[in-house]
This record gives sequence, C-alpha cells and structure tokens, in this order.
Amino acid sequence: MIASVLVVMGSLILIVAIISINGAPSLSIEILSQTSEGGFYLGPGGGFLNAIIGSLLLALPASGLAFLISIAIALYLQKDFLKPRTTNFIRLCLDILWGVPSVVYGVFCLTIMMAIGMTGGSLIFGIIALTLLEIPIITRSIDESIKMVPVGLKESAYSLGSTKFEMSLKVVRKQAMPGIIAGFLLGFGRGIGDAASILLTVGDSNYFPSSILDQTAALPTMILNLVSMPDEAVQNKAYAVAFVLLIIVLLISILSRSLIKKSTKYIIK
Amino acid sequence: MSIRSIRAVLKNKLLLVSIISLFLLFIFLFIFNNVLLFMLFLIIFIFLLTYNFIKIRRKLYDALGTRLMLFITASVIFLFFLLLIVLINGSIDILRDQSLSELILSSTWKPFSGEFGLFAVIIDTLIVTAISMLIAIPISLLSAIYIAEYAPKKFKNIIRPFIDVLAGVPSVVFGLCALLVFVPLIRDEIAPFFGITISSGFSLFTASLILAIMVFPIIISLCVESFNSVPIELKEASLSLGATKWETVKKVIFRASGPGVLAAIFLGFGRAFGETIAVSMVIGNQELIPKSLFGPGQTLASLIASNYTEVSSIPILASALIFVALILFVVVLIFNLLGYLVLRSASKRWKY
Repeated sequence: MIASVLVVMGSLILIVAIISINGAPSLSIEILSQTSEGGFYLGPGGGFLNAIIGSLLLALPASGLAFLISIAIALYLQKDFLKPRTTNFIRLCLDILWGVPSVVYGVFCLTIMMAIGMTGGSLIFGIIALTLLEIPIITRSIDESIKMVPVGLKESAYSLGSTKFEMSLKVVRKQAMPGIIAGFLLGFGRGIGDAASILLTVGDSNYFPSSILDQTAALPTMILNLVSMPDEAVQNKAYAVAFVLLIIVLLISILSRSLIKKSTKYIIK
Repeated sequence: MSIRSIRAVLKNKLLLVSIISLFLLFIFLFIFNNVLLFMLFLIIFIFLLTYNFIKIRRKLYDALGTRLMLFITASVIFLFFLLLIVLINGSIDILRDQSLSELILSSTWKPFSGEFGLFAVIIDTLIVTAISMLIAIPISLLSAIYIAEYAPKKFKNIIRPFIDVLAGVPSVVFGLCALLVFVPLIRDEIAPFFGITISSGFSLFTASLILAIMVFPIIISLCVESFNSVPIELKEASLSLGATKWETVKKVIFRASGPGVLAAIFLGFGRAFGETIAVSMVIGNQELIPKSLFGPGQTLASLIASNYTEVSSIPILASALIFVALILFVVVLIFNLLGYLVLRSASKRWKY
C-alpha cells in the first residue's frame, strides 16, 4: 500500500522534475516578453507572450461566465427550490456533462462554427467551449459545499423573515465561500490547461487577438504545435511553454489552498 | 388614531390610495388647474409609490432572482440535450452515406478515398482503456485505503495536496512527460525486453501508462471520500469482534463503500476513454489493428485531434468526426447512468 502511494506521489514529482529540467534552461525574459515571430515554427527566434495573453483571454472570461452560471445553478439545487426528483435529475445531467470528454465540446463548437460558415477558429468559440467544459466542474464543487450548510442557519434566516432568494444570497453564499473559491479556481485551472477543446476552436496566430472573432494562440496548443517540429531548439521552447503552464497551475493550486484556509475562518460550524 | 393604525390602513389600502391620489392628481391638474394642490398630491403620490416599492421590493427581487436561477438551470439542462441533438444532426450525413455496421465493422480509415471504418480504432480504444484501468485500479485502490485508514494524520496532510495537484496538471503536460520519459523507455528497454525490436516507442502501451497516471487522482479522491463516509460504528463493531485491521478493511469498509468505489472506477474509465491530447501525442496515430502492445494505434478521441485539420478539404470527414464524438458522448452517458443506477440501488439496500 505504501508502495502504491509512493508510485502516485512519485509520478507527480517525476512530472514536475522532468518539465522543470527540460523547460527551465530555455526560459528567459526575452522568451516571456516577445510575441512569436513569423518563422517561429522553423527557427528558435521569438517568444510566446501572445500565447500567455491568449490563454488568459480564453480562460478568464470563460471561468467568469461559467462561474456566474454555476453559482446560480448550485444555489437553485438547494432543497428549498425544487422537488428532490427534479434536483436529482439535474444533478445526473450535470454529472454526465462532467464526464463528457473535452474534445466533444470542441467538436460541438466546431460543428456550430461550420454551420455559420466560420473557418479557422476564433476566440469567442474557444471561450464558449471552455465555458461549457467548466460549468459542470464549478457547479459540482459549489454544490458540494452548499450541501454542507447547516439547515439551522437557513431556518433562522427564514424565521427572521427573509425570502428564499435573500437566504441563498446572504446566508448560503457566505457559508459556502470556501467551496465557491475552490470551484472557481478549479475551473480556471482546468480551463487554462485544457487543450482538446481549444485545439479545435481557436486556430493559431502570431499576434495578440484584436477582436473576439480573431484567431489566437494559447499555451496548450502552442506546446502541441512546437513539440511536433523536428528542430531541437523549437522543441526546447515547447518544454519552456509547458514549464510556464505547470507553474501557472501550481500557483493556482497554492492560491486556492491559502484562500480556502482564509475563508474557512469566517464560517459558522 | 395612533400612527400604527394609520400605517396599517395605509398598508392594506395602499394600492387603492395610490390609485385615488393619481386620479385626484389629474383632476386638479386638468379640471381645476390648481398647481399648488397638484404639487401636494404629486408629493403624496411619489411618497406612496416609494413606500409601495420598498414594501414589495424584497418580494420582487425574490421572484426575479428565483426566475433567473430557474432560467439558467433550465438552459443548462437544455444544453445537455442540445449537445446530443447537434451531434446526432451532424452525424446524419455520414450515416446516410454508409451504413452503421459498415462504419463500425470495417477497419480501413482512409478519409481521402472516402472510407471511414472505425473497427480498428474502437479495438485500440478498448485495449488502451482496459490496460490503463488494469494498472490504475489496484494502485489507486490501495493508495486510497492507505490514505483513508492507515496513514498517520501528518502524512495525510502531505499527500492531499499531491493528489489535488496531480488532478489539476494539464493533459498536454502529461503528454509531454510521456513523450520525454515513456517513449524512450519503451523503445529502448521494455519493448526489447519482451522481444520486440522494431517498436518506435509510440505505442498503445505508452498511452495506457500515461492514462493510468492521469486516472489515479480521480479514483483515489472519490474512493477516499466514500471510505471516509463509512460510519465509524461499523468499523468498531468489526474490530470488537476480533477482526484485524486488514480484515475490517476488506470485509466491512470495502463492502460498505463498494458502490462508491464502483462509481469512482466508472468515472475514471470515462476520463481514460475520452482523453485526447496526451494520448494523441504518444500513441503513434495510425489506424491499425495492433499486432502487439508496442505497436502504434489510434483511439477514438485522438482520431478527432489528428484528423480535424482536414475537415475543410473533405466535407464528409467532418460528419465522420462528429459521429466519433457522438460515440464518445453516448458511451460516457451510458457509463454515468450505470454508475448512477448502482449507487441508487445500493443506497436502497444499505441504510446505515
């Protein structure tokens, strides 16, 4: 049993070590602050600032949108609003959506794009695909923590004359804060790292996107593009991109831990 | 007449009074042309209106907010069905072109000559998923048992973040690691060890290994959760009968949380089944029925990733890929429903 735990822990250490060893040496200020050049895929010149910006432009709006939708759904899944049967059905649907592979969301958006005659990809459809991907993840996390809210708190809110909506927004939201923060950051981490849905929807570009209909570069798709090139210098750049992506994900994880710890202090147990 | 009773009257007749004052307002303005009285009644009217609004504001917000939440929830459920409808609608083209049995049972995938046989890909997918689950299930179950039952509290606090972070690592990073570590390892060490000398390292087995690692955190975290939810009385009863700790784990905890474990395995299966990027980076991307585990292959999900660029040049290919996505969606749907049914029947049978 200890051996298997060590295998699991070791695999994470291995991943972080491999990416750091390969990626850290080729990381530099220039590479972080330049956009990729025209001959990017052929030579070692240029950086990947446009991919970082592109990824943030994809993940931030998507997470924000998914967060707003999820919090409404999670609050509505309380016992106070619907019959248990309906709630269970909605939960089942969300669980299925949670399990749907991200490439299916990509294909879904690609189908819609083809139907309206758009080719190559655009930022907006990447955002839509990521939003769809993140909604079930964030909802599940918030829902779990809302389930933990003691009934006594809700009842005292009711007995003070509050309406259902006020109760949800003022009591349950505050009480479920750790889960809400965790859900948002979980969704954001998943969104910034997911490649399959983005690969099909955003295309590629060497510049910053100037409108939501533009194609854009993103960190995961850039790794895929770079690593398939035969030149070793270009491949090294892919490891550097992966290193940045891994650091972002680790930072999100640390941030979410500390924020959850902070917000747990204000919870009535 | 006390203030309270005035207020009560106002409250009861609020609507009536405000309508009357509005009526009087117009009478004074148009018939008597008296600006002073008009101003007076205007003030009364505005006061009543504000008072009325404050009184119903909370109910108004409640109604609007609840409706909004209902609308959002309903639209997401609608989205679930929309997804299904769009995928079915998109794959009609290919189904009209070729019969279902031809698609599933033929094994030649040549989009340029219009052949879309998925048999080899389906076989590869099943092999990769099965091997990855064979590796992942024992390791994650043992780790979950250790974390839930045996580990000291300090160690538990250390390992929790490890699992959370492992769950959050992007799939493309997993793929890159597999490319850097497993591919050379299998090409130079493992495949020759089994007597296969021509393996390039891009193989079904490589994909299975990396999938197993990706599935670990899902199964472990869900299993630990369901182990922890077994009531302590059950464990204590078993221990007080003289069972050893391992016997308790095997015969009490494992059985009581069996449905939860099964559901976790189903979810892990779904993840392994639909994983795209990491697999497509290391599997070799050739639509062949594998001769050995160390030969290249293609899974359903990686088929989409490696073929989507040609969608614009071959229109029917788009439909074929949408059909593949539909297969992925339906399989995940079926497995989730199975997990749900297992959990529901178990919760009916076991109540503690």
